[in-house]
Amino acid sequence: MAEVLVYVDHVDGAVRKPTLELLTLARRVGEPVAVALGPGAEATAATLAEHGATRVLTADAAEFADYLVVPKVDALQAAYESVSPAAVLVPSSAEGKEIAARLAVRIGSGIITDAIDIEAGDEGPVATQSVFAAAFTTKSRVSKGTPVITVKPNSAPVEAAPAAGAVEALAVSFSDKATGTKVVSRTPRESTGRPELTEAAIVVSGGRGVNGAENFALIEGLADSLGAAVGASRAAVDAGWYPHTSQVGQTGKSVSPQLYVATGISGAIQHRAGMQTSKTIVAINKDPEAPIFDLVDYGVVGDLFEVVPQLTDEIKSRKG
Amino acid sequence: MSLRIVVCVKYVPDATGDRHFADDLTVDRDDVDGLLSELDEYAVEQALQIADEADDAEITVLTVGPEDAKDALRKALSMGADKAVHVEDDDLHGTDVMGTSLVLAKAIEKTGYDLVICGMASTDGVMGVLPAILAERLGVPQVTLLSEVSVEDGVVKGRRDGDAATEQLEASLPAVVSVTDQSGEARYPSFKGIMAAKKKPVESLDLDDLDIDADEVGLEGAWTKVDSAAERPARTAGTIVKDEGEGGKQLAQFLASQKFI
Repeated sequence: MAEVLVYVDHVDGAVRKPTLELLTLARRVGEPVAVALGPGAEATAATLAEHGATRVLTADAAEFADYLVVPKVDALQAAYESVSPAAVLVPSSAEGKEIAARLAVRIGSGIITDAIDIEAGDEGPVATQSVFAAAFTTKSRVSKGTPVITVKPNSAPVEAAPAAGAVEALAVSFSDKATGTKVVSRTPRESTGRPELTEAAIVVSGGRGVNGAENFALIEGLADSLGAAVGASRAAVDAGWYPHTSQVGQTGKSVSPQLYVATGISGAIQHRAGMQTSKTIVAINKDPEAPIFDLVDYGVVGDLFEVVPQLTDEIKSRKG
Repeated sequence: MSLRIVVCVKYVPDATGDRHFADDLTVDRDDVDGLLSELDEYAVEQALQIADEADDAEITVLTVGPEDAKDALRKALSMGADKAVHVEDDDLHGTDVMGTSLVLAKAIEKTGYDLVICGMASTDGVMGVLPAILAERLGVPQVTLLSEVSVEDGVVKGRRDGDAATEQLEASLPAVVSVTDQSGEARYPSFKGIMAAKKKPVESLDLDDLDIDADEVGLEGAWTKVDSAAERPARTAGTIVKDEGEGGKQLAQFLASQKFI
């Protein structure tokens, strides 16, 4: 069976969930060979093996941390040349997409980004995408070169599928361009203790109706009662009430959780573009004409300052 | 020495319109109004600010697209860009990101540049990979997804807010930059700017001018193929209740019935 390269997104050896989902999809089109780079790369092997990686190619060098993107492209290209895979799968993070795109140019291949599903087809992997603010679903394939596909979080279940996961050192020689963009400093984001927005099973978002940074405590309280991530509409972010890294929508994060709770969000097209593929959608808004109500499975027309605290209390009491 | 800035812009179907696909599964541009991609306005704005800070700078806006795409160039010129380059050719219909990036790279090289500025993504395709691909094709550093950007003494610096960390980046020119919607609100064209834009030069180029073969671009030359596009079924109407004092409890009951609690 053909091998499929899977680029591993990890933080100091802790594999992020979208990579495990990618292994599920990779097994449909071949035997997953994982590529893990940077500090802790070897520590990823056990988890990757448990989820189906037959081999884990690892490399660490100062270049991966000190310069932007290109050193990782050089390494992935080295893995590509050594494995000659049937496809290359990469998580659809901002960096993942850039790595995948540059690799595609180098190896003369087409690229598909933000797939929400992958299946085996007669002419190679077929990728499903959700486009035009989720109004259309397309099926596409790469028609030149080796398919390079990036996949959005929450696109497949994480499944245990034990495999050998043999660790092999990957030899990487960095290109002239690897040191072109220097990372002068890096400030890790402070952890909120809540799930990562794009990976969360439940997302609670606040918008213009929240009416102030201080009131986001209410949204956070509801999120915590559900074990959810917190999101914000662009209006709330532009008003400075919540950080841009939490923005859900066309120019922010795209989320596809099991449950999306929109509070005080009217549902402009730009916001809908980022959340419309959520499995279940509920909304709380005092305006009965708000477009968000066209999308909901359950909506409450009411004042969020009354509905949200009652909801939070009820969830807490039901959970005991 | 003059700082030559090229801003890549895209003419896109209005997201608030009814966007759909044509019979050949390319984006239907006939039935919905087009405009300059909102995210590219931020790129034009940053170019204008960088040019203001430089001793001497010239901003060229560049687009690849049909005749209508000139509207996007006019908007950028009316904001304050100096000149425009329009790559138009019948053989470009259906070109995907690999082909478009090839055309842009050749046009940028022909125009001459020290700095290329792009928006973070287009508002139609939303891939967000074109700036990185351009950097790869041009063989220059990528300084992408910046929320702050500045250029001084031949060095571009910027701040990238990633998922896990905020990074300060720097690279020597020439370089490719992309900016996010956090980089600063784009200015509105003034009446004077709109009038001045009518007199600014718009150079038209076709594939021959760029030494690109027709089979490297277009639908037939695309590196990816769309096999099907299906409209998402309309959501079945949900339950909507008016809060009469029990709205929170009712919602909790719904969430419990769906096993979320």
